[in-house]
Amino acid sequence: MDLRTYIVRRLLLLIFVLFGVLIISFVVSHVVPADPVQAILGPQAPPEAIERAREQLGFNKPLHEQLIDYLWRVLHGDLGKSLRTNRPVIVDLKEFFPATIELATTAMIIAIVLGIPIGIISAVKKDEAIDHVSRLFSLVGVSMPVFWLGLILLLIFYYRFGILPGPGRLDPTIPPPPKITGLITIDSLISGRFDAFINALKHLLMPAFVLGYYATAIIARITRASMLEVLRQDYIRTAYAKGLRERVVIMRHALRNALIPTTTVIGLTYGSLLEGAVLTETIFAWPGLGRYATGSFLFVDFSAIMGVTLLIAVIYSLSNLIVDILYAFLDPRIRYG
Amino acid sequence: MKLLESLSKRYKRFLEERRYQIEDMKLIFDLWKKSPLTMLGTVIVISLIFMAIFVPWFAPHDPLEQDVYNRLAPPSSEHLLGTDQLGRDILSRILYGSRISLVIAIIVVAIACSTGLILGLLSGYFGGVLDEIIMRVTDIFLAFPRLVLAMAFAAALGPSLLNTMIAIAVTSWPVYARLARASTMQIRNEFYIEAARSIGASDLRIMFRHVLPMILAPIVVQATLDMGGVILTAAGLGFIGLGAQPPTPEWGVMVSEGRYYLSSQWWVSTFPGLAILITVLGFNLLGDGLRDIFDVRMRR
Amino acid sequence: MSSKNTLLEVRNLKTYFYTYRGVVKALEGVNLKLGYNEIMGLVGETGSGKSVTALSIMRLINPPGKILSGEIIFDGRDLLKLSKEEMREIRGKEISMIFQEPRAALNPVMRVGDQIAEAIETHEKLKKEELKNAVIDLLKKVGLPDPDRLINQYPHELSGGMAQRVVIAMAIAFKPKLLIADEPTSSLDVTIQAQILDLLEDLVSEMGSSVLFITHNLGVAAELCNKISVMYAGTVVESCDTYTIFDDPLHPYTVGLIKAVPKMGQRGELYVIEGELPDLVNPPPGCRFQPRCPKAMEICKRTPPKTIEIKPGHVVACHLYNEG
Repeated sequence: MDLRTYIVRRLLLLIFVLFGVLIISFVVSHVVPADPVQAILGPQAPPEAIERAREQLGFNKPLHEQLIDYLWRVLHGDLGKSLRTNRPVIVDLKEFFPATIELATTAMIIAIVLGIPIGIISAVKKDEAIDHVSRLFSLVGVSMPVFWLGLILLLIFYYRFGILPGPGRLDPTIPPPPKITGLITIDSLISGRFDAFINALKHLLMPAFVLGYYATAIIARITRASMLEVLRQDYIRTAYAKGLRERVVIMRHALRNALIPTTTVIGLTYGSLLEGAVLTETIFAWPGLGRYATGSFLFVDFSAIMGVTLLIAVIYSLSNLIVDILYAFLDPRIRYG
Repeated sequence: MKLLESLSKRYKRFLEERRYQIEDMKLIFDLWKKSPLTMLGTVIVISLIFMAIFVPWFAPHDPLEQDVYNRLAPPSSEHLLGTDQLGRDILSRILYGSRISLVIAIIVVAIACSTGLILGLLSGYFGGVLDEIIMRVTDIFLAFPRLVLAMAFAAALGPSLLNTMIAIAVTSWPVYARLARASTMQIRNEFYIEAARSIGASDLRIMFRHVLPMILAPIVVQATLDMGGVILTAAGLGFIGLGAQPPTPEWGVMVSEGRYYLSSQWWVSTFPGLAILITVLGFNLLGDGLRDIFDVRMRR
Repeated sequence: MSSKNTLLEVRNLKTYFYTYRGVVKALEGVNLKLGYNEIMGLVGETGSGKSVTALSIMRLINPPGKILSGEIIFDGRDLLKLSKEEMREIRGKEISMIFQEPRAALNPVMRVGDQIAEAIETHEKLKKEELKNAVIDLLKKVGLPDPDRLINQYPHELSGGMAQRVVIAMAIAFKPKLLIADEPTSSLDVTIQAQILDLLEDLVSEMGSSVLFITHNLGVAAELCNKISVMYAGTVVESCDTYTIFDDPLHPYTVGLIKAVPKMGQRGELYVIEGELPDLVNPPPGCRFQPRCPKAMEICKRTPPKTIEIKPGHVVACHLYNEG
C-alpha cells in the first residue's frame, strides 16, 4: 500500500473515530446519568426549571432524535453553557485551550530532547553503569504519580529554596503580552517583550518538567528497546563489515530504523500528557483546560466536563493522525509499498 | 509393594510427559533468580499483598480515629509518619490504603484483561467483519485518555469508587484486545493449528486449548504493568476528588488533603505519594522482569 | 610453514560466548590455512562454528561473545593484535564478507545506491560524480540490469537474487584479498543459486581474491572450491584439497559426511551419522566427535586430538593418525 492510499485510509479512520467519540460522548451525557437534564442544570436547580429545560432542550424526544440534535449542536459549536462561568462552554474552552497546549507541547519537547538521547546511550552502552542509571531514571518516571512529583518539586524549589516561581503563567507584576496565539512564550517573542518571555519560561519550567517526566521515561524506554532490537539486525552487521565507524553505524543505520516505532509512541504519549495536564495544572494553578475541568467538578458543571472530554479526545486523535502520517513518511516500505 | 511401584511408575510417566513444561518452569525460575530487580519487584508486590490482607494485625492505629489535639503532628515514635489534619495516623492510613489500591487494581485489570483477551482472540482468529468491527471499537475507546474518560463517567454517575473502577476498566480493555489479536494472528497460521483442524478439532477447542496458552505470556506481562498504571490513574482520580471519597484512606485522596499544608507540614502529602511510587515501582519491576524472561524464552 | 604463499592462517582460535545458560565454547582451537588465489570451502553442520569462525576473523564478535586466544595472521599481520581503527580499515577493503539473507543484510530505510556508495566512501574519498559512476560500474559488474533505476530503489523492492548481487557489489568494491561468503546462496532458489555461484567464480578469478566459502552443502563446496575444511563442534577436523576429500577422507566425521550425501542411482536407506551434536556448554572432554565416532578409542575420551599435517596440504585432527 503506498503513501496516498495510507493517508486516505488513515483520514477515513479519523473521521470514523471522531464520530465514535461523539457517540460515546452522547452516551455519557445523555444516557448514563440518572437524569441528564438535572446533570446539566446542576444540583441546585428547582424542579420547574428542570421540566422547562427538558422541553426546551428536547430531552423528552426519543433517543435517536436526541442523538441527531446533539450531533447537530456539537458540530455547530454549541456545547452547552457552563454553570460556573455562565458562558458558553465553547468560549471557555477557547480561552483555556492555549495554556494547555503551551504546557503539553513544551513538556513533549522536553521529553523528546531528553528521552531519545537517553534511550540511545542506554542501548549502545547496554549493561554499563550509565545504562543502569538511565533505566532507573526511566523506571521511576513511569512509576511516579505526576501530582506528587509536582508537589514535591514545588515544596523544594518554591517553598524551601525559592528558586523557581510559584503558581500561574506569569508573575503578577509583569503585564502579559498582547494575545496573538494565546501562547505567552510565542506572543512575547513576537511582540518583542523579552521580560515577559523570560518570566513565562521560568513559570513553564517546573510544570513542563513535571508533566514531561513520565513522557521522557516512556520515550527513553521505547528508544532503548527499539535500538536494541535494531542493533541485533543483519544490516547492522553488514555495516560494520563494510568498515564503517561505530558512530556512523549508530547514527545513520541504527537510529533511522529505531526511531520509526518511537514516533508512534510519541503520538500515544501526547495523550498521557493531556491526562497529566489535568493534574499538573491543578497543582501549579495553570489556567488551562485541566484546571477548568477539575474546577468544574466541585461545581458539578456537567456541560463543561463533557466539553473538555470531547476536546481532549479530538486533540488526541488529531495528534495520533499526524504521528501516523509521519510514520508512513519515515518508513519507505510503506511509502513505496 | 506393588501399589507403590505402580504409583511411582505413573508419577515418573507424568513427569516424562510434562518434561518440556517442567524444563520451561525451571528456566523461568532460573532467569527470575538471576535478575535482582525482578526479585525486588516480586518482593514488593508480595509484601503489598501480604500487607493488604493482614493489615489489621499490623497497623498501629485505627485509620479513621481522629485526634484533633494532635493534628498535623510531625513524625514521632507514636506516629511514625506523623498525623494529618484531623489527627489521624498517616502510617495506618497508608497501610489500609493498600487494600483499596490493590482491590481497584485487581478488579479493573481482571475485567479489562478478560474482556480484551476474549475479544482480541475472537478478532484475531476469525478475522473478517468481526475483526474490523472490534478493531474500530477499540480505536474509538483508545481515543480517550483514561483519566479524562473516567472524569466524564464520574461526572455523569457521581463520584464513587465503583464508578471509577468501571470507568478505568472501560478504557483499559482495548490494549489487551489489540495485544491478544496480534498474538493470535501470528499463531493462527502456524502448522500445529492446521494440524489440529485437520483432525477435526472445533474452532472453539482450537482457540482455547491451543491458541490461548501461547498468547498468555505478553498478556500476563501487560496485566502486571497495567496494575501499576491503574493504581496511578485511580490515585489521580482520588486526587482530583473523584473516586474514593474521604474519609476513605485512598492514597490519592490523602495526597490531595495534604496539599494545603504543604509548605510546613510536608509529611501529610509526601508519604502517601511515596507509597504510590513504591507500589507502582514494584509492579513495573515485576512486569519488566517477566517481559525479559518471556523474551528470552521465546527466542530460545 | 611458509607464509609467503599463505594469505590467511588461523592458529588455535578460541571464541566463547558467555550466555545466561552458561559458557558456550563455540570455537575450541580452530586452525585454517588459506593461500592466495584459493577458494576454500568451510563445511559443517549448523552449529559447528563456521559462522563464528568467519565473524572472528572479521573481529565482529560482540558481547556476550569473546575471542579468547589464538592468532589470525592475514597477509603477515596478526589481526587480533591490531587496533580497532586498523581493523576497521581492513574491513570492506582487504577482507569483505557476504551473508546468508541478502535482503536482511541491507538497511531497509536506505536506498540501495546510497548503501553501495557508503561502502566506497568509507575507504576512499570521491567526488559526487565519480562516486555515482563507481556505484553504477559495480552494479554492472555483478550483472544487474538498469543500474540507473536500481540505485534509487529500496531493498524490499528487490528479489533475493538481486539483493545478493548488491551485497556482492558492496563486498568487491575494493577488490578484497579475502572474501568471506557465509552461506550466500542457502536462502535463494536453486536456479538463482547457480547464477550467484557462477558470478562469484568469475569475479573472484578476475580479482585474484581468495575466498572462504562457508556452507553446509558438501556438493556446492565441491563445485566451487579447490580446498575444503571440515568443521565439527568448534574445531576443524580435516582440511585438504577437494579431490582428496572425496577420494581419501581420513577423519571419521568426514567419512560419515560423504557417505551421507545421497548419490544418483542410490538405493536403500540413506546413511545417517548416529548421535547428536554435543552441548557446547558442557562438551565432552577429549575429542568432541568421540561420542558419535565409530572408530573411537580410549584416548579419544580423554584428550583432544592434535592437528597434524599427515601429507603435504592434508591436515587432520584425529587420534587415529596421531600416533602413526
